[in-house]
Amino acid sequence: MKPAPFAWCAPATLDEALDLLAGHADAARILAGGQTLGPLLNMRLATPSILIDINGIGELAGLHPDLAGLTIGALTRQSTLEDDPALAALQPLIAMAIPHIAHRAVRNRGTVGGSLAHADPAAEWPALVTLLGAQLLARSKSRGMRLIGADEFFITHLTTALAPDELLCEVRVPPSPPGAGYAVLEFARRHGDFAVAGAMVRLTSDAGGKLTDPRLVLFGTGRRALRARRAEAMLAGASAGTALFAAAAATAATEIDPYDDLHASAEYRRHLAEVLASRALEEALARMNGKRHD
Amino acid sequence: MSLSVLLSVNGVAREVALDDPRVTLLDLLRERLGLTGTKKGCDRGQCGACTVLVDGRRINSCLTLAASCDGARVLTIEGLAEEGALHPVQEAFIAHDGFQCGFCTPGQIMSAVGLILEGHAGDDPERIREGMSGNICRCGAYAGITAAILDAERRLAERNRAEAA
Repeated sequence: MKPAPFAWCAPATLDEALDLLAGHADAARILAGGQTLGPLLNMRLATPSILIDINGIGELAGLHPDLAGLTIGALTRQSTLEDDPALAALQPLIAMAIPHIAHRAVRNRGTVGGSLAHADPAAEWPALVTLLGAQLLARSKSRGMRLIGADEFFITHLTTALAPDELLCEVRVPPSPPGAGYAVLEFARRHGDFAVAGAMVRLTSDAGGKLTDPRLVLFGTGRRALRARRAEAMLAGASAGTALFAAAAATAATEIDPYDDLHASAEYRRHLAEVLASRALEEALARMNGKRHD
Repeated sequence: MSLSVLLSVNGVAREVALDDPRVTLLDLLRERLGLTGTKKGCDRGQCGACTVLVDGRRINSCLTLAASCDGARVLTIEGLAEEGALHPVQEAFIAHDGFQCGFCTPGQIMSAVGLILEGHAGDDPERIREGMSGNICRCGAYAGITAAILDAERRLAERNRAEAA
């Protein structure tokens, strides 16, 4: 066995889990799907003294659509979303992004909450909730219930606003605006690997064809998924077009703070960000105009 | 700390006492139950050699604690053949040379069985390749693997039609 020794407990209820978290806080890690924590334990990059296994807490899993949008339980498996035939109409961007998340065997175990709480800047979920303006609901014994906006939730690489005794319980995604066109583009060396860089876009327009509340998120290109606000400001109120999109993508590439690693240099990531942003804007426009249905 | 898990492994109820919670499902299968068909490749969920079905879904057994699987139904490569007859996916891998050294093959076959059960890929080779992207074959038998899965889907559909008739 590769991990450092740990104790394991499997609370049957949310209340029990919060009690355990309150009692162990810094020494504990939550185990959900284990698709990220497992390798971290095996490589001894994480050495918690106790794992709180929440897989038995059924109330933390599932999808609940209502007028306020879609509530997704933190323990919901990625494949549950992938297989839900209603998701593409409710939240097209989520449905488009899920197949990019690792591979099917990983999606069968991996959870929405686990991906968010891990906060990898190249992962899809942090980018999704950032673009969609979702709220994340955390619970703890000390603070009770707390709603955290996606913008405040991600602090930096692998670091969130969650307190050590807090458990991420659900994600609340506002309804998709009528007529919105979306796009997700990633560059990865192998399908399903973490993106070297990625872009997500949502476009909507008013009756006069001017873009309203455009959203452009870049991920894998800095310490957290980032809304390219200056690029969005260039797009807002303008008429969509190739020259505008190229200029906005170039601006977006100046807003990120990319890093060097084994897979790519910071400079290459910046180049990818611009190319992907521009293509994602064109794709989202085509979908908004109903010219693209895939 | 002593734990005990009750599992159905290839249709047989097995109760296994765990002296340590760090035991993964993969370790349990190989080291506690002697089922060494499931392979340990990377031990970090990147290669797919340890793929098994848990409650009908393919997972990486190296990234799943055995303790989390209490009450689960596990199907491994050893449980796929029925009454001495190979499963259609196994037959198709042989017919189409879907392997060379064979180390990744149990994981490839279990992943393929899971893929066919999911029903998303159909007869589109591109979607099959994408659906099998979590299983690496360092001999590079991918062309044979894709052909084998297409053929196995046909064989299974024919078998289902024959059984329905």
